[in-house]
Amino acid sequence: MSLAESTLETVLSISDVSVTFGGVAALNSVALDVCRGEVTGLIGPNGAGKTTLFNVISGLQEPDRGTVLLKSTYVTKLGPHRRARLGLARTFQRLELFGSMSARENVQVGIDARREIGDLTAQGLLHRVGITSDADRQVSTLPTGEARLVELARALAIDPALILLDEPCSGLDDNETQLLGELLRELANEQRGVLLVEHDMELVLRICDRIFVLDFGEIIAVGTPQEIRENPVVQAAYLGTIAEPEDDA
Amino acid sequence: MTTFLTFTIIGVVSGAIFSITAMGLVVTYTTTGVFNFSHGAVAMFCAFSYWQLNQSWGWPSWISLIVVLFIEAPLIAIFVEEAFMKRLFGASVVRSLMVTLGLLLILVGLAQAIWAPEIRSLPEYFSGSSLQLFDVNVTYHQLVVVAVAIAVAVLLRLYFQNFRSGIAMRAVVDDPELLSLAGVSPRRMSRLGWIIGFFLAALAGILISPELSVSGLDVNLLTLLVVNGYAAAILGRLRNLPWTFAGGIILGLAESYAIGYLPGHIPTNLVSQIGLLTPVVFLFVALLLLPSARLRAIGRLTVSTPPKVASLAQSLRGGVAFVIVAWLATLVLSASLIGSVTQGIALGIVGLSLVLLTGYTGQVSLCQLTFMGIGAYTMSQVANGGASWWGLIIGIIICAGVGALIALPALRLQGLYLALATLAFAQAAYYGFFSNISFIPQGGAIKVGRLGIPWVSMSGDKAYLVFTAVAFALAAIGVLAVRRSKWGRRLVALNDSPAAFATLGMNPTVSKMMVFAASAALAGVGGILFAGQSLALSALDVQMFASLEIVLFVTIFGIRTTQGALLGGLAAALLPLASSHLPPWGVGATGIVAGVGIALMANVPDGIVPIPWINRNIRIPYLSTPRSSMNLDTKDLNVVG
Repeated sequence: MSLAESTLETVLSISDVSVTFGGVAALNSVALDVCRGEVTGLIGPNGAGKTTLFNVISGLQEPDRGTVLLKSTYVTKLGPHRRARLGLARTFQRLELFGSMSARENVQVGIDARREIGDLTAQGLLHRVGITSDADRQVSTLPTGEARLVELARALAIDPALILLDEPCSGLDDNETQLLGELLRELANEQRGVLLVEHDMELVLRICDRIFVLDFGEIIAVGTPQEIRENPVVQAAYLGTIAEPEDDA
Repeated sequence: MTTFLTFTIIGVVSGAIFSITAMGLVVTYTTTGVFNFSHGAVAMFCAFSYWQLNQSWGWPSWISLIVVLFIEAPLIAIFVEEAFMKRLFGASVVRSLMVTLGLLLILVGLAQAIWAPEIRSLPEYFSGSSLQLFDVNVTYHQLVVVAVAIAVAVLLRLYFQNFRSGIAMRAVVDDPELLSLAGVSPRRMSRLGWIIGFFLAALAGILISPELSVSGLDVNLLTLLVVNGYAAAILGRLRNLPWTFAGGIILGLAESYAIGYLPGHIPTNLVSQIGLLTPVVFLFVALLLLPSARLRAIGRLTVSTPPKVASLAQSLRGGVAFVIVAWLATLVLSASLIGSVTQGIALGIVGLSLVLLTGYTGQVSLCQLTFMGIGAYTMSQVANGGASWWGLIIGIIICAGVGALIALPALRLQGLYLALATLAFAQAAYYGFFSNISFIPQGGAIKVGRLGIPWVSMSGDKAYLVFTAVAFALAAIGVLAVRRSKWGRRLVALNDSPAAFATLGMNPTVSKMMVFAASAALAGVGGILFAGQSLALSALDVQMFASLEIVLFVTIFGIRTTQGALLGGLAAALLPLASSHLPPWGVGATGIVAGVGIALMANVPDGIVPIPWINRNIRIPYLSTPRSSMNLDTKDLNVVG
């Protein structure tokens, strides 16, 4: 499916976003959009600006230039909490859990933060991301992979229309990664937008509908997994010569 | 015109000293990550030492200067760094603040113990020599002060921009591990930061002392120099040296013009306090002008296990047991002890306000006794020197309102700014209000009655102790109920990760303001009960250094526990009683206790109550973990993601 053919509702649209840190351009005129019902990948080498872009989208970093539209609302100047209320949730590359609380309490804070009363429970959300035991353990004692899943469950607690995931698979084993991939597809099927930053290329190429490639703060390619895999520019910048995925998808 | 020039020159000279103070603060803060609240106390201690050498023992000025600036100040810096600060590298604002506050109290205590009160003054350098500048007499001393300040500014700028070790010092806070990979010892850089900071503090203290010709060397006034210093440094956001220098000069000019032109336009009582009030006004204006801080994902994770929160049944049982113990105490304690214990329990309620604010939410207030005073003052006004439940309600509302108002400019910024703003507010409230004879008669007190319940007489001190204990128990049960509630979870979440808190749709600023207001209100309740014991409120009850002591004591005992609040309050009330029975050096007892406290704080961040052999329910993993001197405490490590 190419961009032109997409008839899905756009949940996030950013254009011309630039950020500089002391003269170094972290992002340069970046444009990107995410649709409901899709898993959108954002890949690129370390230092490409992926986390900075996540910070711009979630309101933790104000861009020097450019606009961010969330559900067609102009949110460029809004604080993170206002964006979250519009339906944006995220996880973090470096864990931002409420470290002195249990996994269950972490998710409960997310549920309590919602203004509408829903039927989500902390236990249900933890179960959904694959945490069946350990719900009452202090999160700072959990293995990294599991802690990342708690972050995901907490993000889901606000019932987001768009969820940004920053390397959710690091620390997970193959089986857990497989399950997480299935969950992300499920989330897309629930008509949420999913924007995924991940270095596990096998997963990204398998589950994403579209992929944006960021390099030195610029989008150098957009396309379907097939298009990205075959793109010589992307191969040179990021994928290298080991782009062939394991053929198990 | 000549008057204007005169005030300008005086302003520039004072400003030059504020600049030196502020640059010292900034150097230490940027190279160690610790904001040194004891900076003014170091200045004070070194100025007194200089007086001792130069005036008391008659040593020549230049020898005294060398001894104080190049031997004493660096040695204290090395001792302090070795004994306490090295463990604080990367520590949270709360923890590093407490240690530097403890150091402040130690230095104040030591100075009071060594130098008994008397009028001491230092002569100006080149006394009697002066030159004419546009018809205004400028002394050589004034020229020296300005020249020294400019030299310090230029040298620091050159050092941090051009020298390898200067650049390394700037890098040490950002990434010590990376720095050590580059072959530079972060410890050495950090120690150098302390030495330069203490050197500049000593320099400022010695230069400002001859200016204090009216009051002479004064422990409190010199210690408060830190407020001028950080007010000036705010302009450079506590980091930028040229702006900090400019901030010092602007503050000096503002103060000088205020002293020159405000009298006649403001109440006479305030005229003598202009010097102490100007930095506070300056600070709040600067805070309002600063852009809001950006929330950052800092990638930190709390590793310490929080003290267990008591269930409702447990807290009810604890409350009842406490009231019974308090009642039993009335049977055995002497009359004077009953009064002090009652005040200690009332201070325990102020301690509970800190549990809510600092223990749960990680925000610092250094003006809780100010709210205590506002509460008691409101009660006095509403009940006309007596007590009424309406007085309590109105006191709560006013404290909450003032608290929210004071906190708002600082809450947009990072946690440290709230601490700075609250200390400045404590200074303004003490010198502008509580010490103002228009509000509280000089040397006297205003009447405050005792709250009571129908058909129970509160006129007896024993009954009032039990009544205060009941109030504490209710407040503690309430604070624990808050911790267990949805709101309590939010507060802890806000403390653990403000970025994650915001990205879940909750407004951090509003939440912080609400908890600050609630905490101020609770401190106000404590104040009403406190003043009820002695049936009066005097300015001495709400001295700003006492505010620091209560924060410190509660932190020592455990700021995340209600027991810590109670023990901290009792310690704050009973310690002065103990020190009054000690020989003259005992005046410094508070400082000595503070010393033990900060030694503990540097090792046991959660205080005494949660230590495992005291409370077996609580496990503290980091106590059993050996750490190297530079091993960072990941609980508090701020790493920009």
